[in-house]
Amino acid sequence: MMTKTQTHDPLQIAGVALDSRLVMGTGGATSLATLEEALVASGTEVTTVAIRHYAAAGGDSVFAMLERLGVLALPNTAGCYTARDAVLTAKLAREALETNWIKLEVIADEHTLLPDPIELFSAAEQLVSEGFDVFAYTNDDPALAQRLDDVGVCAIMPAGAPIGTGLGILNPHNIATIVNRASVPVILDAGIGTASDAALAMELGCEAVLLASAVTRAHNAPLMATAMRDAVNAGRAARLAGRIPKRDLALASSPAEGTMQTLAGQFQ
Amino acid sequence: MHVVLVGAGIIGLVTAFELHSRGVEVTICDPDPASGASHAAAGMLAPASEIVWGQDPLHALMADSAALYPQLVGRIEQVTGKRPAYRQNPTMVIAAEQADRQALEELQQVRQELGLPSEVLLGSQARRREPALASNIAGALVFAADHQIDPRSLTAILVEYFDSRLVRELVTEVLPAGNGRPAVRTAGGRVIDADQVLLSTGLQQIPGTPALPLRAVYGDILRLDIPGHLQPLITHTVRGLVHRRPVYLVPREDGSIVLGASSREDGNEMVSVEAMYTLLDDARRLVPGIMDASLREVIARARPGTPDDAPIIDRIDPALVVANGFFRHGVLLAPLGARLAADLLLDEPPDERTAALGLRRFATTDTRRNLG
Repeated sequence: MMTKTQTHDPLQIAGVALDSRLVMGTGGATSLATLEEALVASGTEVTTVAIRHYAAAGGDSVFAMLERLGVLALPNTAGCYTARDAVLTAKLAREALETNWIKLEVIADEHTLLPDPIELFSAAEQLVSEGFDVFAYTNDDPALAQRLDDVGVCAIMPAGAPIGTGLGILNPHNIATIVNRASVPVILDAGIGTASDAALAMELGCEAVLLASAVTRAHNAPLMATAMRDAVNAGRAARLAGRIPKRDLALASSPAEGTMQTLAGQFQ
Repeated sequence: MHVVLVGAGIIGLVTAFELHSRGVEVTICDPDPASGASHAAAGMLAPASEIVWGQDPLHALMADSAALYPQLVGRIEQVTGKRPAYRQNPTMVIAAEQADRQALEELQQVRQELGLPSEVLLGSQARRREPALASNIAGALVFAADHQIDPRSLTAILVEYFDSRLVRELVTEVLPAGNGRPAVRTAGGRVIDADQVLLSTGLQQIPGTPALPLRAVYGDILRLDIPGHLQPLITHTVRGLVHRRPVYLVPREDGSIVLGASSREDGNEMVSVEAMYTLLDDARRLVPGIMDASLREVIARARPGTPDDAPIIDRIDPALVVANGFFRHGVLLAPLGARLAADLLLDEPPDERTAALGLRRFATTDTRRNLG
């Protein structure tokens, strides 16, 4: 229990401790240089990269940049529509990047980009059995999140809203339910539009936030990255500090009973 | 003065023409001239519709270079007797949905600051000008000064014109100047002496030259024949954002359409089925009539991308200049790039724009931190 100002509060996930609770994505940036500025401004220590879209070797690639920045690459299976393709893509990533980490995305259809729950669960089960640390991108469905938890994923990553919509957290109640029942870290993934969305995710008890478009497609990507870093920190602190209960009627912050005179009486 | 140009893509060829116009003797080396990115490119000369957030230095370069095209085309016609397929038809940028329209209109201020003319249209107004557009579009912008050139026609004219100055061999080494003159060695064993050497070899690195911070960004692009009874299908270059994915259709003089282009960094040199499917699907969303077209050609080429998407134009040593990394903007930036490169090669007073295009801007920062 922290009683003072928070100083060191690392995120423990898949065997590493991370100071930053903001996980970034790489999609949508106008240039590698802008992406680099944004990643540095965000303070992120883990960034996810679509293994189907970026060759792991060759030239001044996004992977070379992450390595230079000391940011861990979290490969993802974006663009996979079947459990089979996702599992094979995860194996390709493990071979190319020499990591057991995989952010598992199995997409149901190209219009919503929402996860296909059945394919997702099937792929998660296979990958966990083959020793992967599975970061599971899932719907904001507490039942599915529980099943993924039971099968042994290392992080549950519910969507706040569909990828790229910027609609924020459409069902905060479900996210809170997932958080309250999870035995592994919950990372809010997808749907973040602006800083208050990221803060809300942390206030709901998520251990971290993953976002890409909200930063990479902002007019000023590095500035938005700074805003997200601060929002995640603010939301985390607010969660740990313990918010006051909501009430229907006013309760004065300086009631008459709180005067020095009465306090002096109490502390004699 | 003799300049050897290594690489006969659009940058090498237009720079050769620029040097030739200034009375400089040129030799151009390339085993297969104009067969790389220049061969695939659609050739949009579109500084206004290419503008994106966070690339301010590039915007001014694009606008300056587009303004040089009428003069370049005129000079090429005067010198060679052949006119490149240059069309000054306007560009219309379509927003498929309201969010796309908002994203497009938010950039208007940047365009106005650069003095690039534009016009905002409702969906119905856009369809009166381009009746082949889909009925369900949210709006459009028209850029009257965003034009096009067929890069294949431009490079073919220059390849033919420089035929006697073209060595169709791979350069295997650039020999340093040392105490004498620099030279290049070809795969066939020829050694060609030079006063100055220009490197514009795209992603191919020549031994004896510094490694550039380039990465391969593949683009897939289709060429469609439109049936006679539907021609012209469109009269503007039609560009659009469909679910934020960019797509363009460039109408050529012969009634055909160039449809592009993807941006892939997956290392696949072949045509990507996913990219082709997405391009066709997005293009159909904007111009349903393309379903009646015949597929004449589909091609993929790698563009040489720099970290900040701006080219590298820099002097490497007293005898060596590099003009490379033009990424998606090689055709548009060729006239300006050729001038800046020629100025460097001939030791003309430096242009202030060149200072921002040096290799030094990529000097890597120290590792921020190491995770255990």
